[in-house]
Amino acid sequence: MKNRYLKNVATLKLNSDQCRGCGRCFEVCPHNVFIIEDRKSVILDKDRCMECGACVKNCPFNAIEVKPGVGCAYAIIMGWLTGTEPSCDCSGGSGDNCC
Amino acid sequence: MEISSRELKIIQTSAELTFNDILGTWKARWGINRMNFKVEPGLYSVGKPDSNSPVLVSANYKMSFDSLRKELMEVNAWILVLDTKGVNVWCAAGKGTFGTQELLNRMAIVQLEKVVSHRTVIVPQLGAPGISAHEVTKFSGFKVVYGPVRAKDLQEFLKSGMKATAEMRRVKFTAYDRLVLTPIELVGTSKVSLMIFGVLFLLNLLGLGPFGIVDFYAYIGAVIIGCVLTPVLLPWIPGSPFAWKGWLLGFIWAVTVNILNGWTAVPQYSILRALGYIFILPPVSAYLAMNFTGSSTFTSFSGVLKEMRKAVPMIIILIVVGILLVLVDSFI
Ligand code: SF4
Ligand code: SF4
Repeated sequence: MKNRYLKNVATLKLNSDQCRGCGRCFEVCPHNVFIIEDRKSVILDKDRCMECGACVKNCPFNAIEVKPGVGCAYAIIMGWLTGTEPSCDCSGGSGDNCC
Repeated sequence: MEISSRELKIIQTSAELTFNDILGTWKARWGINRMNFKVEPGLYSVGKPDSNSPVLVSANYKMSFDSLRKELMEVNAWILVLDTKGVNVWCAAGKGTFGTQELLNRMAIVQLEKVVSHRTVIVPQLGAPGISAHEVTKFSGFKVVYGPVRAKDLQEFLKSGMKATAEMRRVKFTAYDRLVLTPIELVGTSKVSLMIFGVLFLLNLLGLGPFGIVDFYAYIGAVIIGCVLTPVLLPWIPGSPFAWKGWLLGFIWAVTVNILNGWTAVPQYSILRALGYIFILPPVSAYLAMNFTGSSTFTSFSGVLKEMRKAVPMIIILIVVGILLVLVDSFI
């Protein structure tokens, strides 16, 4: 069974003109958001994006934009209460998933 | 001025986990001593690595480190542990402590270029949000290869010449993955829960009660539903906002509690009290379920924010109305 979340909210944008089809975004994305077609990256399913920012950080040609953030309600509440940017401060989880 | 070459400091470790390692993991999952669950940053050797052996990058959260090395049975490798302040790879990458800067620093400190003759480091894919592979290469000459998401695929990844299959690249979030994350959610709520019991006890003393055993198990049930049941059953509960999923199960629970109490059959069990439960219990579960977004591996910031803008006011309104109902009920 697939885990899916809200639709049409992710802030992911891909600027095809800048893309050189190196495939890094495809490689780093943990949710298989991109595929490479005709030597260009294409967003396959934007709703799968969790805004982790891995693709943006690793695109050598700055072709991708996303507003990275933590998808964590607790962090957002703490952010509201303390008036700061929500950040992931509770730590934990296992080695392969988190907080 | 004397220029001496620094000594290479290499710490030995093994793929074997001791009883203490396992106990430590178990404790950390329950929130005991988990902020101090660290290993020293630096370069570690597993097996008998030489200058051709692969270099695996990890965080200095002990659970990250242990889950990596236990998959390295019969492998000769180097592990480069970054100083992530005891935070796991994924979280630290999001914060940037598992990042380009720290990787470059740590490689320089341990003089990695003297230890290995190749120029490749294997970074766990979940560290990618913090690492800019092309920048690491630009400043150090080391190439970054992203390893599989799960450490258990490492052996296969290494055998196949550092090629990760599509399957290895995908984050999964199985029922078991979700289950092991639930104890910490429970522990997290226990303080608040104790406070609530304290307040109810005081109200009892003031004669505003009676809050009894029913309230106690009703509440505990709602907590377990929000912290354990909803996370485990996540993909099978209809709808997508976490708060909604929690609310739905909480609602079923509230109705169950009422039926268990013989509602409608027992006259002293008033409609106000029954309604009170239906108002209060589901949002308690909803709130806790919503907090599980932080543990999940697929919720985006924008998504959670959107969900919360609706859910938080609803939760507050429902609980306030519910409390009023119960209070009114105990006065008449
Ligand atoms: S990383 Fe950037 S340049 Fe490379 S394929 Fe993706 S979008 Fe295109
Ligand atoms: S932000 Fe993360 S999840 Fe979204 S597309 Fe980029 S790598 Fe994939």
